[in-house]
Amino acid sequence: MAGTLSFAPDDRCNAFITTCDAAPYGDGKLSGVAVAVKDNISTCGIQTTCGSRILAGYVPPYDAHVVSLLRGEGAAIVGKTNMDEFGMGTTTETSGYGPTLNPVDQTRVPGGSSGGSAAAVAAGLVPMALGTDTGGSIRCPAAFCGIVGLKPTYGRVSRYGLVAYANSLEQIGPMARSVGEVSRLMEVISSYDSRDSTSFDRPYTHQPSADIESLRIGLPQEYFGEGVDPRVAETVRSAIGRLEDLGAETVPCAIPSMAYALAAYYVICTSEASSNLARFDGVRYGPPAPTQKQWHEAFQEVRGEHFGKEVRRRIMLGTFALSAGYYGKYYGKAQVARRNVRQDFERVLGEVDVIAGPTMPTVAFRLGEKSDPLSMYLSDILTVPANLAGVPAISVPCGTVDGLPVGLQLIGRHFAEEQIIDAAYAYEQEGSA
Amino acid sequence: MTVIIGLEIHVQLNTATKLFCSCSTDYRDDPPNTHCCPVCLGLPGALPRLNRKAVEYGLKVAKALNMEVPEESEFARKNYFYPDLPKAFQITQYDKPLSIRGVLEIEDDEGHEKLVRITRAHLEEDPGRLVHKGGGDRARYSLVDYNRSGIPLLEIVTEPDLRSPQEARRFLGRLRATLEYLGVFDGDKEGSLRVDANISIKGYERVEVKNISSYKGVEKALTFEVTRQRNLIRRGQPVTVRETRHFQEGRGVTTASRSKEEEHDYRYFPEPDLRPLSVAGWVEEIELPELPVARKNRFVEQYGISLNHARTLTGDLKIAEFFEKIASVDPVLAATWTADTLLGELNYRSMSIAAVPPGHFAGLLKLLKEDTITDKAAVQVLRTMLDSCAAGNECEQPAAIVEREGLARATGVDFAAIVRTVIAGNPQAVEDYRAGKKGALNFLVGQVMRETRGRADPRELGELVAACIETTEG
Ligand SMILES: [Zn+2]
Repeated sequence: MAGTLSFAPDDRCNAFITTCDAAPYGDGKLSGVAVAVKDNISTCGIQTTCGSRILAGYVPPYDAHVVSLLRGEGAAIVGKTNMDEFGMGTTTETSGYGPTLNPVDQTRVPGGSSGGSAAAVAAGLVPMALGTDTGGSIRCPAAFCGIVGLKPTYGRVSRYGLVAYANSLEQIGPMARSVGEVSRLMEVISSYDSRDSTSFDRPYTHQPSADIESLRIGLPQEYFGEGVDPRVAETVRSAIGRLEDLGAETVPCAIPSMAYALAAYYVICTSEASSNLARFDGVRYGPPAPTQKQWHEAFQEVRGEHFGKEVRRRIMLGTFALSAGYYGKYYGKAQVARRNVRQDFERVLGEVDVIAGPTMPTVAFRLGEKSDPLSMYLSDILTVPANLAGVPAISVPCGTVDGLPVGLQLIGRHFAEEQIIDAAYAYEQEGSA
Repeated sequence: MTVIIGLEIHVQLNTATKLFCSCSTDYRDDPPNTHCCPVCLGLPGALPRLNRKAVEYGLKVAKALNMEVPEESEFARKNYFYPDLPKAFQITQYDKPLSIRGVLEIEDDEGHEKLVRITRAHLEEDPGRLVHKGGGDRARYSLVDYNRSGIPLLEIVTEPDLRSPQEARRFLGRLRATLEYLGVFDGDKEGSLRVDANISIKGYERVEVKNISSYKGVEKALTFEVTRQRNLIRRGQPVTVRETRHFQEGRGVTTASRSKEEEHDYRYFPEPDLRPLSVAGWVEEIELPELPVARKNRFVEQYGISLNHARTLTGDLKIAEFFEKIASVDPVLAATWTADTLLGELNYRSMSIAAVPPGHFAGLLKLLKEDTITDKAAVQVLRTMLDSCAAGNECEQPAAIVEREGLARATGVDFAAIVRTVIAGNPQAVEDYRAGKKGALNFLVGQVMRETRGRADPRELGELVAACIETTEG
């Protein structure tokens, strides 16, 4: 151990669920750097709640692979950040520990579900943080809070120790104020881990370069169409114009399978979640189940009481989608739609190097604005396709609308993080000037 | 009334580590929850990593049972709530099992060869174990031991091809032997084999009997169930609704389950944390050892022993290996004494053959072959020897027992004098013998044997007694 970092943030946005006032650190590439970790990533000895009351007091006896890597490079884990309960939300309002506020405008949400990590970085409490992205949970809050966030290729970062919400979709990824910092953090967390059978030995070791001469950028019509705030679309178009000035070419393209992406996404993630969350029964984690009752009654009571409304809704949706007689109609169909999305992306990315569009269809919502779950689900439309296709995607700040940040989303080929990081870096270094 | 039986057999594969983590599987002598890690405890965030050895063992079984191995198989989640299941789902295989459509040869009730079809065999993880404190239904609380959680299981499902509880037991015996020959299973470990059975009387609905947790329990449970179902038919109340019953090992009966408990919708879906498994090509690389049927045939040919003895000796790998170590003394003598005497004596003492040093038993066979002791004395020596092994001491050498107990075939003893005394003392028996009652001779021989403490050969004694009576005046 090289030292201890004292950490006493002025957390007026409620970015943290847990903070470590004296965080030990070691030597290495991130020696002494304060890193915030989303609260669904297991940290040995530090409470890990996933933003849920059902995991209050749960202290993992082991580190997630990414946390071991951070510690191994000397980082100081200074706290666990707030999030939508189990990642189920786009605003961080479904947290069991109160909503996180957007540091840019405290009447607004920071986005979600990694809202705490984004707010902690945007408020300057930490230089970098880890988030997780199941359907946009890194990119959305990065866009809403005006920072950079990367969702890696599915399988490039080990999920070992990430408390699963939707295993087949989610990835841990870096969030920071600059592309360079995101790249630095990505290098540390992408080291191979054989404990995650879905991961690949494709470590990221790249120095960002602003040279994007003759980069081919695809502009899918679906990313600029119905449901997208025209002012957001315009801001993003002009950012892409700056990339053209820097030597990139743009090509119009189409991703027709996007029509089914959102439905497929919600069937898959709720199905997997219904299974993943079944283990939280009040026996081994969280508030204890009443022992004078029969076991099945006691655990039903615990689950009814300590899971939030959105989590209960998604567990029920997923349970229904997997039930006998409906499997083929929902889960089976969703897998077909998912394959189609993947094929569309592979086809388009055979013709262009990266796909560009807005990260979110709008700027940050006001707190409480998305009270209707369906309208909240619809706001994931531009981020969900990259998770279905398993391709990497980054959100980089590209201007404001009404003083609120807008994110430019760049989507790349499988294991081509380097290319989208270079494009984002070029925009950040030269474009926004 | 034809009986129709199909079995679902769960066997623990004896890999060194668990199916999805590197915890040791050797937990039986250790305190609860000492063979656990985040993976087999189902801690949030832990991920399964497939044990290649378990797949290899599964493929060995598939090959030995002549099964087809599809190009790709897949793990799936079986979702249900039970306190011994730490993730609230079991990782198993559902619509893409490791292997399908095989056969195992057994002998039917008439001793004819018969092929039993195997539907499928797939890999899955064992749940933990509940310990109810306070006993049975009145337990005040239950404790969970996760040492067993994640032990690799192979679930083998048969077609409904078995026609009697005895046939079902023979099937299991042959299956167990096959698995032990393959080196993938140790049937001596407690709880290493668990069976669910589907049983019906032809023309009526079937009953599933769950919770049969031993090899011997299967015949018992099924015999009970056949009688129960036949009686229901006789009383005009046959089984018409599919039912699940639990076997109560202690009482030897099956009891109805509360039907609600069994109405599961397991919501199977592919396990997203594991990639599909491609085993194409792997099967060809697997080399099988000699299996029970082949060994049985070889024993008959190589050692010239009877088919029946060969069958008995090859029915258990340890016995077959034991026999091969002692056969050189005299194969037929060794086969006879192992199959007809030793196994019975072991069974009577609930001893495993592993407790008997082959050299000791070979020593006993040598004493017999050299005519140093009689058959009767040999049985006594064997019993004394086994008792010494069972007591946990070093096994006593047969020669030492013979020496100590003075059991060597008598030489220099005046048998004629003893015989004369016995004849003189049992005039009624002598008269009966003369009247043609063969049994009377055996009685007289027995009397002489008692006097000589078994040290003379009964056949020779018989001749001596008969000759003596003939020369004695009636
Ligand atoms: Zn383990």
